[in-house]
Amino acid sequence: MSLTIAALIGSITIFILAIYLGFELISKVPATLHTPLMSGANAISGITVVGALLASNVAFNGGSPGIAAWLGFIAIVLATINCVGGFMVTNRMLEMIAGKRRKKEVA
Amino acid sequence: MVDPVIFDIGYLLSAALFITGIKNLGSPRTAPYGNQLGSAGMLLAVITTLVKMQAGNGIIGWELLIGGLVLGSVIGAWLAVKVEMTGMPELVAMFNGFGGAASALVALSEVLARIKAGEVPTDMLNLWAIWIAIGLSGIVGWITLTGSLVAMFKLKGGFTIPLTKKWVRFPTWGPPWLNFVKVGLLIASFAFVVMTVREPENTLWVWALVGSSCLLGILFVLPIGGADMPVVVSLLNSLSGVAAAFTGFVINNNVLIIAGSMVGAAGLVLTFIMCKAMNRQLIDVLFKSFGGSEKETVTRTKVGSDAEEVAMMCDGISTCIIIPGYGMAVSQCQHAVKEFADLMEARDVEVKYAIHPVAGRMPGHMNVLLAEANVPYEQLIEMDEINSEFAECDLAVVIGANDTTNPAARSGEGPLGGMPILNVDKARSIVIIKRSLSVGYAGVDNDLFFMDKTMMLFGDGKAMMSALNTAIKEY
Repeated sequence: MSLTIAALIGSITIFILAIYLGFELISKVPATLHTPLMSGANAISGITVVGALLASNVAFNGGSPGIAAWLGFIAIVLATINCVGGFMVTNRMLEMIAGKRRKKEVA
Repeated sequence: MVDPVIFDIGYLLSAALFITGIKNLGSPRTAPYGNQLGSAGMLLAVITTLVKMQAGNGIIGWELLIGGLVLGSVIGAWLAVKVEMTGMPELVAMFNGFGGAASALVALSEVLARIKAGEVPTDMLNLWAIWIAIGLSGIVGWITLTGSLVAMFKLKGGFTIPLTKKWVRFPTWGPPWLNFVKVGLLIASFAFVVMTVREPENTLWVWALVGSSCLLGILFVLPIGGADMPVVVSLLNSLSGVAAAFTGFVINNNVLIIAGSMVGAAGLVLTFIMCKAMNRQLIDVLFKSFGGSEKETVTRTKVGSDAEEVAMMCDGISTCIIIPGYGMAVSQCQHAVKEFADLMEARDVEVKYAIHPVAGRMPGHMNVLLAEANVPYEQLIEMDEINSEFAECDLAVVIGANDTTNPAARSGEGPLGGMPILNVDKARSIVIIKRSLSVGYAGVDNDLFFMDKTMMLFGDGKAMMSALNTAIKEY
């Protein structure tokens, strides 16, 4: 898989636009949501699990599962802990903060 | 054969879910939905990746991939269900570190696999682009891992040495010369990246990079003390996103770049909100230790009150503002605080909570604890809004807060100078629950304690709150 200059510039463009997007999306958030926002965003940074899956398998396809494959495996485990744990704990907090509010509105 | 474009569409949808998810996380009403969108995006990305890999070269070693996913899910779910709300800052820091570590490991795995298989890019563009992306992903990832672990132990307060069951306080240590070491290590890390490009076959530079950035992460958080923790925790959160974005460049995947850089930007926004709330520059938080060595010693004394006296005080008031601080988190007395508020409300007292943006050890710490104790979200008032109300307030109850209430900050001088504070001193009467008169994290004596209208309840937050509640019930 070879990289072209056009593809690289494309990726850098996406990178920069996404940074601006992030700034715009979060610029005004009430303090109540600071912790859930942080842990929810943190869970999303676990997207690196995609890289971990690829890395672990590329290493396999290159021959016997050497050190690179095991590093990939550890990366899968850590990234999944990050995602699953992060989303679940955020959900727990939001249930406390927003969940009750909704129930109250219904009642 | 499946048209590969379908996978790109999968990733595109996943990126859209992340963007909408983060957007929705910014408002209390839509936040739970935002979180669900985010997790749906993640699931889609993982499934897309697995199908793409199977359709491509075919997956060898399914058991390892699925095993890793299942193992991670079980551990993550277990931690998320088990954690107490008071342990939340540590858990967030730990998850954060894991995310950073995963990105760094992907980069490391990639570079080692390429060197082993003899697939080092030969043209300049590929070599520079991929090797630099690997290097940056590694630097940021390892810093995030070791920095977050140090932060986690600091938030816990210490750790037990295995086997001996001896509790060790985690040190906060940072002489001025350490800054030169940190800058030196940072320069060295970048130099190692350049060396990996110049000698792409040589794994020595790769391991040197791992070593220098791990050490840098530790040294970066080690000198930073308790009150600056909200800044550090959100900065590390930002870094874990940046690491994921760089990993996106390594494996040439846009969804990683989009999700990672958005998380990086969001974390940075939060970091600046925290810095602003302390009136400090980010660079000062990172390089200048705060208060620290020159703590003022308290020479004045104040006679403590008892719960009965305060209970008498609570009778006949009509407005009450509760000011929680880190002490509430430490003594885990949020439920007792809520009980106190209920008792007051039963006597037709209007109760509000004044939330300083950096109260506690992570952004929004007080809000999470009080939400756990069923405090209605509408009663939690942010600093700018409630500060004008203190003058009309009959009783301000401060629970384990110090620097965020210190009138010395208004003078514009000293370590606290210019930090926005809660105007507790404007209230008609004040009750402060605190273990002693000792100075807060900033090391500045607090005039608030010595005012004539202030009553001090010396003791552990939980014990004093319960005693107060009992006294009010009996009064």
